[in-house]
This record gives sequence, structure tokens and C-alpha cells, in this order.
Amino acid sequence: MAFLHGATKSKSGGESALKKRSLTPYLLLAPGLIWLITFFVIPIFSLASTSTMVRPQGAQIGTYVQELRFANYVDAFLANQEQYVRSFLYAGIATILALAISYPLAYMIAFKAGKYRNILLVLVVAPFFTSFLLRTVAWSQILGDEGPVVTTLKLLPFFDDSIRLTATPFAVVSGLTYNFLPFMTLPLYASLERIDPRTLEASGDLYASGFTTFRKVTVPLSMPGVVAGTLLTFIPAAGDYVNAALLGNPSTKMIGNVIESRFFAVVDYPTAAALSFTLMATILILVTLYIRKSGTDELV
Amino acid sequence: MAKTKVSQDTGDLVLNRISKYYGDFCAVDDLSLTIPDGSFFALLGPSGCGKTTTLRMIAGLEEPSAGTISIGDTDITTQKSYRRNVNTVFQNYALFPHLSIFENIAFGLRRRGIKDVKDEVEKALNLVELGHLSERKPAQLSGGQQQRIAVARAIVNRPEVLLLDEPLGALDLKLRRQMQIELKRIQLEVGITFIHVTHDQEEAMTMADTIAVMNQGKIEQMGSATELYEAPKTAFVANFLGQCNLIKVKVQSRSGGKVVVSAKGHTFEIPESRVSSSNDALLLGVRPEKLRLDDNGVNSIKECVVTDRSFVGTSTQYLVRTPWDLELVVFEQNDEGLHDLRVGDKVSLEWDSEHTFGLDGAQDVNAGADLDDDE
Repeated sequence: MAFLHGATKSKSGGESALKKRSLTPYLLLAPGLIWLITFFVIPIFSLASTSTMVRPQGAQIGTYVQELRFANYVDAFLANQEQYVRSFLYAGIATILALAISYPLAYMIAFKAGKYRNILLVLVVAPFFTSFLLRTVAWSQILGDEGPVVTTLKLLPFFDDSIRLTATPFAVVSGLTYNFLPFMTLPLYASLERIDPRTLEASGDLYASGFTTFRKVTVPLSMPGVVAGTLLTFIPAAGDYVNAALLGNPSTKMIGNVIESRFFAVVDYPTAAALSFTLMATILILVTLYIRKSGTDELV
Repeated sequence: MAKTKVSQDTGDLVLNRISKYYGDFCAVDDLSLTIPDGSFFALLGPSGCGKTTTLRMIAGLEEPSAGTISIGDTDITTQKSYRRNVNTVFQNYALFPHLSIFENIAFGLRRRGIKDVKDEVEKALNLVELGHLSERKPAQLSGGQQQRIAVARAIVNRPEVLLLDEPLGALDLKLRRQMQIELKRIQLEVGITFIHVTHDQEEAMTMADTIAVMNQGKIEQMGSATELYEAPKTAFVANFLGQCNLIKVKVQSRSGGKVVVSAKGHTFEIPESRVSSSNDALLLGVRPEKLRLDDNGVNSIKECVVTDRSFVGTSTQYLVRTPWDLELVVFEQNDEGLHDLRVGDKVSLEWDSEHTFGLDGAQDVNAGADLDDDE
């Protein structure tokens, strides 16, 4: 009897251990899942439901009722086409500029920096130690009418004295490029650093000049970094409103600024929500097409 | 696409007094070497002896600090690596991970502007017997397959010289043996000069026509495997290729084609042609399998004691201590003449004069011993 009892006990003990083990992944997932559900899934449903609401006749500002009015999307989009196009245009230019600046930088850090590699990496990340907002305000000082850049440009013969940099598209795109530069540099560095230098030697050994080696071996092997870097730059840049607000003027407004003012100034929640969804959907489609096109699934 | 012009020189590869310094460290020291066209040549040495640096200078991946390199009549010392008619099989293969096997092999052909690469690539793939893998990516291949692809990728270009940098180092023993035979076959088939860098003396002896043993940036000795093994010129070569017994001896007389030497009251004879030094202090060398456990020869040592015995299948290996406490290694073939001695047994040793060689006695007896497998 005692033996039997012991056997049963050990059996149930084994079962509970098995049960515990199968629970572990869920327990590990739980904090993240709860976080995402509370702060992403539920809000997104609430945002979706807001986007089709309508303000009843004569109701107070900020009071909306659900009427499933999908025409909100059409209205919001038609009223803000210009800002949409501008957002993607500015974000696109900033992404290309960031890529052009980051590639040589990341290449240098990965292959040529030697013992300075870590210092340079810290320098790339260093701007993150100050607030995003402050850095953008600083740019408005640097590009300001009395700032060093404009003063220097005025000394050059081909610019007249009325030249301004703040409140121009140039300032907004510069700000975007600058602010998202590390998001481009770091993934690029990571993928360049992973390239085995012996494959580059092998390419030279197989009759490829330095430039051909770069085109045929280095660039294809760094594509995962290029794709990751451009996405990490383009996506936040397309939705950004700080740069346009601090460095731009009313005619450089991006879609982020419209959403911000619809929410906080006009208190037009449905339009703001519809605009947010349209932005999200557009980015998703663009990103999917981009990843398909660049064909890096195998490499990532 | 810019087409790379590759020099088309043929002839012997000549290294003329090349040196390579990294700061104060001398990796290759005033090395001269002629490698005949079409030969299978091995650069053999322990790690850090300068063999890979020498190879990289031939490939154009390093520039010599001094000296010249030429193929036939053309000086290629300062020629860029991508213009040299020389290809390398890298130690870790260095295949292009983003390209298919076909494109990996076609890479060199395409760079030289050859449009129709299909036949050449297929021929190279068939040469290494991997024709069915052309659409795979390198990561989908085993180590041995990647190794063959690396050979095919180099050979498809029909280089004047093919450099192999420890190409079999990452393979397991069985596969390595198989690839040694394979590489030898390929070399005979294509007739290209192969220069093989290795630290594995057995690999070098199996494959190469000529072996240059390198040590500390210099060539210790060059010759066929048999020459190096049977008549080494330095203690380093004697110890690095196989095992060797070296006994410190004094010259008594040199006459009649014989050198009579003595050690601790024992006298031995060495044929004069096999003595490479005119010093009075010599090292008498004799290989373990040349020693017999008998005492009726000219050269014998009596009253020795067996201190260790290990059975390794084809032979039994004994450690035998001489009366003056020198330990000698003896291999005895496991056939009918087997003595089957035990540790502590008294025994005599003898050998034939023509199996001995005399080296300069001023060398370290242990130079080059136990270096071959420490990587």
C-alpha cells in the first residue's frame, strides 16, 4: 500500500512538472502580451471605433457618437492630401540622405576604424543622451537667421542677404535626417561588420577590382542592414511632427502635424483617428512592397 | 561592366629574396624559392612560421617589404591581386554567401568579361563531382562540399598558380584523407602549379612533389618527401617530419667514405655522404622504424632498458633508455620477428649505417618536435 501510494504520488509529481514546463513559455510571454494588449491592441480598437464617429448636431465639443461613418476616411484624406504627399516625400528624402551619410560612416567604422571602432560607435549613439526635442530646438538655433550657418552662407557671393534656412523644407528634411541618422547607421554597421573580410579578399583574388568588389559583394551582403536602416528611418520620419513644427512653417506641415492639431487643438477625434489609420495602412503597404522588392528575406 | 585584364604569364614562379616585416616582427626572412611550372608544391611548417604570409604575398594580398616575385619573365611583385593570374582556395573557403554555387564559380569568369560561362562552370562542378548542387547556396552545403566548391571556384579560371591555404584544416580526419587524394587527382588532371600551405606533415608528404619546410620565416630544407624524411639536413626537419632519434656524438675520424663517431664509449659509423656538417660535434639521427632490438650490427648499444611500450596495431612502439639515460623511440613491425618486450626488460639496439644521418651538433635536439599538431 505504501508502495502504491508512493508510486501514485511520484506519478502526479511528474505530471505537474510536465504541466509547469509547458506553461513556462506562456509565463515568459505574459508581461509582453499584457503590455501589448493594454497599450496597443485595446487602444487600436478604440482608435478604430473613434475614426467612424460623428459629432451630433449641437453637441458639445469633444462629444462623439458611433455612427460607422466610413466617409470620415475619404473626407480626412481629401482634406489633407497635400500633407500626406509631403510626409512621404520628406521622409523619403531624409531616408536617402541618411543612407548616403551613414553608409560610408558605417563602412569606415566596420572595416577601417581599428581600435577607434568603439569610440566611434559611442559617438554615433551619443546624441540619444539628450532629448529629441532639445536637439531639434538646437537645430533651429543652428539654422536660425543669426546662426552660424546662415551668417556663413551670407558671406558667399551666390547667396543674397535675404536667405533663410529656418521655416523651410530644407530645415525640416535636415532635422529629420539628423534625428534618425543613428537608426540608419547602427543596422548598417551591424551587417557590414558581419561580413567576413576573407570574402572580400576572395573577390579581389577572383579578378574583381575594389569598386567591383564593393558592388558585387559588400553591397549585397549589407542589404539586410540597408533594409532595416531605411525602415527604421522612414517609418518614424513619415509620422514625425516635431521637426516640421519646430523647423518648418505652415507650408511644410506633415501629416503628423495635422493629426496632432486635430487631436489637441481642434478636438476632432474622428478625423485624427482616420488620418492615423490611413498613415499606418500606407506605411504597411509601402514596407511590404519594399521588403518584397529588395528580396532580403533569405539574408535576414 | 569593366572587364579586368589579367596577365597571362606562364612559367616557373620565382620568389627572389622576399621579406615581410610587421613592425619589428619579421614574418618572412629573405626567402628565395623557385617553384617549377606544373608542380604540386607544399609549404610546410608550424603555425607562425611565415608560410601563410608567403602565400598571401604570392596572391597579392600582402606586399613584400623587400624582394621580388615573378611568374616566368614577368615581375608581379606590385601587381594588384585582381590582375594576377593566381587564385586562392582560402582556409575557411570564403564562398560568397549571397550567391548560388553556380554564381560563386562563375564569379571569376564574369569579372574577366566572359559571357558564356555555363560550360566552364559545369565542367568545374563535374571535376569536383558536385554538378547536382549548382542552384544551392553555400550555407546549404557541408564543409567538405564547400571545400570542393572553393577549389572549383578557383580552378575554373585556369590560373597559372593555385594557392591552397590550409584547405583541409576544417575537415575531419577521414574526409581530409579523401580530399587529399581528390586534390592530387585534380592537380594531375588540370596540370596547374599547386602551392599548398599546411602544418600537417603527413598531408604535405601525401600530396606534394616537392616540400619546403619553413621555420621562423626561412626555408629549412626543400626536397621530395623521401629526401626530407630519409636525409634531413637540420634537427628541425628531422623532428618535424615524423619522429626522430637524435644522439649527440663526437667525430673520431673521417676516411674511406665513412665518418666514425662516438658517444659515451660507443662508436658508430655514418656514410660520409649523409653527414651535412664538417663540425666535430654532430647529431646522429636515426628514425624509430630503422632501429632493431638486436645486437649484431656495427652500430649497436647494449644494456638498454625498455621504459614504455604501446601497441598501435601495425607496430609496437617502445621507449628504450640507453646506459647514459637518453630515451630513444623504437617502432617494431607487428610480424613474425616481434619481440614482445615488457617495461623493464633489458635489450640491445642496433641499426644499419646507411639509415643514419649526421647533422650539425650545435642545434637544439628538440627543435621542431611536438610542433605539428598544436593548432
